[in-house]
Amino acid sequence: MEIVEQVLRGDVRAVARLLRDIDDQVPSTRSILKELYPYTGKAYVVGFTGPPGAGKSTLVDQITAYYRRIGKTVAIIAIDPTSPFSGGAILGDRIRMQRHFLDKDVFIRSVATRGHFGGLTKSTHDMITVFDAMGKDIIIVETVGVGQGEVEIADCAHTTIVVSVPGLGDDIQAIKAGIMEIGNIFVVNKADREGAKKTVQELRTILDMGRRFRMDIGEMDDWEPPIVETQAHKGIGIDELCDAIERHKAYLTAQKPEQFRKVMLKRTLHQFSETLRDELFKEMVRRIERRGDTLESIAERIFQKELDPYSVSRQLIKEEFISHEQ
Amino acid sequence: MANERKLRILVAKPGLDGHDRGARVIARALRDAGFEVIYTGCHQTPEQIVQTALQEDVDMIGLSILSGAHNYSFPRIMELLKENNAEDIVVVGGGIFPLEDIPKLKAIGIREIFTPGSKLDDIIKWVRENVKPRKAAA
Amino acid sequence: MGTRMFSESAIERIEKEYKEWLQDYEKALQKLPERLERFSTVSDMEVKNLYTPLDIKNKDYMEDIGFPGCYPFTRGVQTTMYRARLWTMRMFAGLGTAEQTNERFHYLISHGETGLSVAFDFPTLMGYDTDSSLARGECGRCGVAIDTIEDMQRLFAGINLEEVTTSMTINPPASVIWAMYIANAENEGFSRKKLGGTIQNDCLKEFIAQKTLMLPPEPSIRLVVDTVEFGTKEVPRWNTISISGYHIREAGATAVQELAFTIYDGITYVEECIKRGLNVDDFAGRLSFFWNSHIDFFEEIAKMRAARRMWARIMKNRFKAQNPRSMMCRFHVQTAGCSLTAQEPYNNIIRTTTEALAAILGGCQSLHTNSLDEVYMIPSEFAVKIALRTQQILAYEVGVANVIDPLAGSYYVEALTDRMEEEANEYIRKLDEMGGMVAAIEKNYPQMEIADSAYRFQQQIERGEKVVIGINMFPSEIPPLEVLKIDPEIERLQIERLHKFKERRNKVKLQKALDELRRRCEGKPCWENNVMPALIEAVKAGATEQECCDVYREVFGTYTDPASF
Repeated sequence: MEIVEQVLRGDVRAVARLLRDIDDQVPSTRSILKELYPYTGKAYVVGFTGPPGAGKSTLVDQITAYYRRIGKTVAIIAIDPTSPFSGGAILGDRIRMQRHFLDKDVFIRSVATRGHFGGLTKSTHDMITVFDAMGKDIIIVETVGVGQGEVEIADCAHTTIVVSVPGLGDDIQAIKAGIMEIGNIFVVNKADREGAKKTVQELRTILDMGRRFRMDIGEMDDWEPPIVETQAHKGIGIDELCDAIERHKAYLTAQKPEQFRKVMLKRTLHQFSETLRDELFKEMVRRIERRGDTLESIAERIFQKELDPYSVSRQLIKEEFISHEQ
Repeated sequence: MANERKLRILVAKPGLDGHDRGARVIARALRDAGFEVIYTGCHQTPEQIVQTALQEDVDMIGLSILSGAHNYSFPRIMELLKENNAEDIVVVGGGIFPLEDIPKLKAIGIREIFTPGSKLDDIIKWVRENVKPRKAAA
Repeated sequence: MGTRMFSESAIERIEKEYKEWLQDYEKALQKLPERLERFSTVSDMEVKNLYTPLDIKNKDYMEDIGFPGCYPFTRGVQTTMYRARLWTMRMFAGLGTAEQTNERFHYLISHGETGLSVAFDFPTLMGYDTDSSLARGECGRCGVAIDTIEDMQRLFAGINLEEVTTSMTINPPASVIWAMYIANAENEGFSRKKLGGTIQNDCLKEFIAQKTLMLPPEPSIRLVVDTVEFGTKEVPRWNTISISGYHIREAGATAVQELAFTIYDGITYVEECIKRGLNVDDFAGRLSFFWNSHIDFFEEIAKMRAARRMWARIMKNRFKAQNPRSMMCRFHVQTAGCSLTAQEPYNNIIRTTTEALAAILGGCQSLHTNSLDEVYMIPSEFAVKIALRTQQILAYEVGVANVIDPLAGSYYVEALTDRMEEEANEYIRKLDEMGGMVAAIEKNYPQMEIADSAYRFQQQIERGEKVVIGINMFPSEIPPLEVLKIDPEIERLQIERLHKFKERRNKVKLQKALDELRRRCEGKPCWENNVMPALIEAVKAGATEQECCDVYREVFGTYTDPASF
């Protein structure tokens, strides 16, 4: 396929268009992704999550500059929220990454959540596949950062960085809710601000309490997440952060190859499950439509209490997938 | 079952003027109309604007300029789009333009110029009528 | 003993009569209802049908209003106001090359202008020389291109700099441009002790609104304090900061937001100068303000009166200033560019006239009136003359300058003045809580407040709730209008001239001067490391504006506006 060639060659326009099609869930992208898949597995994925205003974009900008200095190519997926009222979005993370705009080896893509929860977009995994196949060494994902429960990042990043900042009120409470477990590195940005030491201390206390068990791989973890203090806008602490990423990478790949394998396997499983779920759902919708019905009309009957969602789902699966095959 | 194709629009300010009131109001209005807006703010060079448009695969570029330097930056942007085979991206301008410059800008491919006093609703209507999301590449 | 203006019995009686009158009003409305569902100012502040002594019953004349030239300066900063000296008619001017602008200055002076005001082009405003790749297409378009001390010499050729006062609208590179002004004046034989004028030099409002950004907030403020310190010791007649609400308003703020954010910027500068070790009464008298005069007549007058009272109270109570001069909010006013329309541009004369009248009744010290064609371009000679004549007609024909603060005592104006102060104080409390203006800027707080107001206003225009004649009421087309043309050729000529200038310089002397500037920038902020003396030496040695600003950028880093929505 021509497009596959173009992506492998690193053609910016072709990649950009493919990313758009993926984001819009164009069905034919599946066959392209299938072709690209064998070329993946080389990129290292770094995730940034944390509350709004913590300085994630500035950190992304800074570590991009670091990786460019040591000759690595970089792709950035920057996620911003979709307005639940209009379905539109303003994607402004790029602003802080301007110095990389003309660097041919940095590809920045802004994406809107489009109703997806969990901090990423529905398309993030597939976009990583494309950038990986394209040959980018480092793929940085910046989550939407609007609140809690942004744990999805851990399923696609090798190293997940949780960013916090002093003085955001209940920030520690907020990051406690679910994301303390996923952080491999913690950053306290704007560390020159009042209260920075306190934030570091609080983080340290929480980490010392309940760190040992890693949800994503289902086993005890002996990696001790470092807490790095940064002042991203001044470039202070960036070398330390990059060093922490390198150490985590080395830990995963060299010291704990078995654990790394598990991380990768977990990621693969996640991506596979998502794809399977998605494909099954689409297939079912097609079949329902073939029967001359629609999701909406079934919902209407459920709403009228003629049907219930549990039986109708079982019934459809039985009729379409089970009895058909027999 | 592809989702509805969403318009992606780049709002950028070329040149050195920092008066971003109009650009910001427009960006919000476009968002509220349901479009995805990539906002890169002030002080953008033509090269930066075109690179962003390519990487973000936008359907339209909205250029806001009040400094009068449009006779340099607009043609340069059109030239760069052409060099990158991206002439299909619709380019419009908003801001202050001497009347006699408008036909010249249209002649180089700027599709529309919105002058002071343009209504947000009219601009959005124009976008809906004149900018269609690109067809799937695959 | 208090100086309340109404006795308790009078208030009681008025209250009773007022209630009866309100009943009559309701009755009358049944025959003919009100024109609008809601009456509000251009800033969307709702106003009542009538104001009476009841609205100002708690006012104390001496405490809240007082006399002109006396604390709290509500009625004006000078005792004699316009009876002794009219405001300075100061037209913002700059176009093309230094020679072309110099010609415009002489033209304006010959028509009765009384002070100079320089508009620079965008490369100059951003600290780039005309030959920078970022400056393509910008040279001389929105103001004059100044790269070198020679350009500065051409700009003021034939003008006595000890007699005229010069205002320069320049922000991140303010120290550099001021150094060029001082160096040129000294080369021409004038004494720096006698130079009078203003540099805008207000970096905070750039982060908040205008986005002419070069350096991060911290070093930006350090440079501002350097200029204040230098001015205090070396150029005593110079206003070292013009704390500006104008651009905040043009970016879409309400009158209250303009007032509050600007006053808070002022608080921030005073705090920073005190931190440097300056005595408040040594420098505060040289701080000046710059307000917008928008289209809502009474709102603007109230805002300017409130500004004076607020600043006086803040300087006295918060900063313990002793010298009355430190408490004076002296200010320049410009009529609102954003109120003008491209449609039927001659209507802009009427808008500007009304806004200028508000500025005069608000007690301004100097005034710029916009030209009718400023929606299109920097003004033509024809248009700028009408704008200047507007001020002269108001000054000499209309009689508004005969009596000091003639609107004092108006129930509406006094009540609105109070409300401005109250609502602005609410913002000031909030900003204090947030840890000051720099912290608030980092949180995008003032930027978002302004963006929200701008968007709300635009929606009100679209829904017809706010009216602009020629736009959403009696709409009309944009007509062809003869506007000023800037020859694109001047860019090439300016670059050529700049390159020749650079070749003539003594490279060793220049490098030494720039090294000294860098050393001072890298050092701890203090008098020994004040950038001004080094800058004056550097520009005398031929350093260009950009060469000095590049030192700043290298030492302090650059800044990009985060533009949150």
